[in-house]
Amino acid sequence: MQGQTGVTQRTGAPPAAEANGRAPVVIEARGLHKAFRIPEHRVDSFKERAAHPFRRIEYRELQALNDVSFDVHQGEFFGIVGRNGSGKSTLLKILASIYRADAGTVRMAGRLAPFIELGVGFNPELTARENGVLNGMLLGLTMKEARRRLDAILEFAELEDFVELKLKNYSSGMMVRLAFAVMVQADADIMLVDEVLAVGDAAFGQKCMDVFRERREAGKTIVLVTHDMNTVQEHCDRAMLVHDGELKFIGDPEETAARYYRLNFAVARDQADDELDAQLNAVSDDDAVRVISARLTDEGGRAIRNIEQGEPLRLEAVLQARREWLRPKFVVHGLTIDGTVVFEFTLDLDSAEEDRVAEGERVRLAGQIENPLVPGRYTLNCWVRRDVPGNNWAMQAMQLLEFDVYGTASRWGVVTLGNDLAVEPQPGSRP
Amino acid sequence: MNVQSEHLAPGLQAVVPSEDVALRPIPGPSALGGGWRRSFELLALLAVTEFKKTYFGTALGYLWSLARPLMLFAVLLAVFTQVFRIGSQVPNYPVLLLFNIVLFGLFQEATMGAVQSLVNQEAIVRKTQFPRLVIPLSVVLTTLFNLGLNLIVVFVFIFAWGIDPTWTWLLFPVVLVLMLILTTAVSMIVSALFPRFRDTAIIWSVAVTVLFYASPVLYPLEAVPEALQEVFAVNPLAVILEAGRHWIIDPTSPGPVDAVNGWLGLIPPVAISLGICGLSVWLFRREAPKIAEQL
Repeated sequence: MQGQTGVTQRTGAPPAAEANGRAPVVIEARGLHKAFRIPEHRVDSFKERAAHPFRRIEYRELQALNDVSFDVHQGEFFGIVGRNGSGKSTLLKILASIYRADAGTVRMAGRLAPFIELGVGFNPELTARENGVLNGMLLGLTMKEARRRLDAILEFAELEDFVELKLKNYSSGMMVRLAFAVMVQADADIMLVDEVLAVGDAAFGQKCMDVFRERREAGKTIVLVTHDMNTVQEHCDRAMLVHDGELKFIGDPEETAARYYRLNFAVARDQADDELDAQLNAVSDDDAVRVISARLTDEGGRAIRNIEQGEPLRLEAVLQARREWLRPKFVVHGLTIDGTVVFEFTLDLDSAEEDRVAEGERVRLAGQIENPLVPGRYTLNCWVRRDVPGNNWAMQAMQLLEFDVYGTASRWGVVTLGNDLAVEPQPGSRP
Repeated sequence: MNVQSEHLAPGLQAVVPSEDVALRPIPGPSALGGGWRRSFELLALLAVTEFKKTYFGTALGYLWSLARPLMLFAVLLAVFTQVFRIGSQVPNYPVLLLFNIVLFGLFQEATMGAVQSLVNQEAIVRKTQFPRLVIPLSVVLTTLFNLGLNLIVVFVFIFAWGIDPTWTWLLFPVVLVLMLILTTAVSMIVSALFPRFRDTAIIWSVAVTVLFYASPVLYPLEAVPEALQEVFAVNPLAVILEAGRHWIIDPTSPGPVDAVNGWLGLIPPVAISLGICGLSVWLFRREAPKIAEQL
């Protein structure tokens, strides 16, 4: 299972290793530090100052970046990943000359254009022509360049017939087309792309990525800041992981993604314990069965909500009979989030004595389930049935828990299965 | 490197990476980051954009922006010629009043507009590489365009009133430039303070009102009681307005030097002006790199 059949569709790209070996460095960051001072009492008025002139303002220092150094080479599609608050956005803003680093240097070769938002500075009162020039200049073009490329922009956006129309009369689709066209035309040597561009409309995100890949194939450098590991695996040549302001890893995107998942879901583990039980008790409080607790655990027996792909599902549930169960059967269902049943097991009560559970008595349902599930969200359900000859009588169905499988494999399908398929030329068929 | 895929966007040429890739240090955000040329282009673009928005956005466009000083003028003229009668003792008072209102209007509108300009342009400051100083300066420039149009009306009025041009009219650009420098410096100070101290806007709106009455806009400086004249003469705006009055409207008025009791009297307003200019440059340079973090 672990042999991730990673279907990363990297088409037509020169191998990253080759690019790294030869291409010159175009972004060089050395020892970047950035801290934000967050006042304990917000002092943003003179009155506050005047009212407490002698009170020292106490600050909490938030270390957003701590000694981050890296190189990006020409022609690379480079990913900067990390979850919210990791410092990746601060890094983006330092690279884009929006924030100034407290310490450290950034050097670049060539012009950088930041794509943080589509259509920055768009003004509804101005025409498409005027907005095109304005936006192009904000993305770093000179006025002459912006004017020169205007026709290409309008053509690409298919807006030639609406050139003199004010933007306020544009549909939102037309506006996005214009903004996107400017972005495409404002191509700099280095493009710094924020994830917000890629979210939203999936088709649009794909279109953006296609353009960036074209630019990269034309020798431009793309730096993408994101927390979407699929994008990273699919598009990036190299990636770097930022966590709590520190550079944790830089290199292969697959490895970066795997570390990202490990790092971030490891955090979730510790918090999971108590809240999980409490939440699940509320799930079912019906007549025959009560879920006392239900959890997935890691090897050490701690409750987890997310599980790495390939790790067995270690289930541990306690059910209580609220009235007597005679000859009960326990059916465990695993479902995808859209309700497809992935697996089903039927279990008998493993009891030396009689085949019944008295009112108030508890049973423990525990053990491991093999986990070939692809990354995504799943539900575990349990049915308690009464085995009557010729008739399976359900006493009650209940949801035990929900969990996420994380990992770097393709999300296609439901499970990944080991296989030894091979494709080879058929001997003797060559004409 | 594999080049030119089939579906490149029109107008784009696949570029073979150049060998000329010298690393240059990136200094981060600043008042004029990106070079003078880019700053000038952006300044012109922003100012023109804003100007267009004002004049082509509304049905009556320019008339509205003219209506405001004219209305103020009409009210003040009525009050100060009919009620307080100070106007009747000053030669060419109506023309002087309109002239002063329009000139002071540059200072007032530009500084008031500049206060929140950096916050109003948040998207640009936080999402693009942008020289910070261009934003308040563009407000000043837009106001200057505005003033240019208003001055046409003022000079039509001056001619209509029967004031003959003199050679001192050639000194009008001096008045304008001095006013512009002071306005720009103050705009830089208030705009740099606002992201950090949000009540700058309120304080400044009060301060401008105080300055309006404390400067010789409604009255000539010589009408101020002797005891207070020295205090009033410290105000650089007073010198500028008196210079305008002497050179354009009323050659018989004391003029910028005599109004402040001689050349020595010029020292305080000049020193204050230089102080304001120095402060503006120092403060804006200091705040510029941090502005994006404070929005």
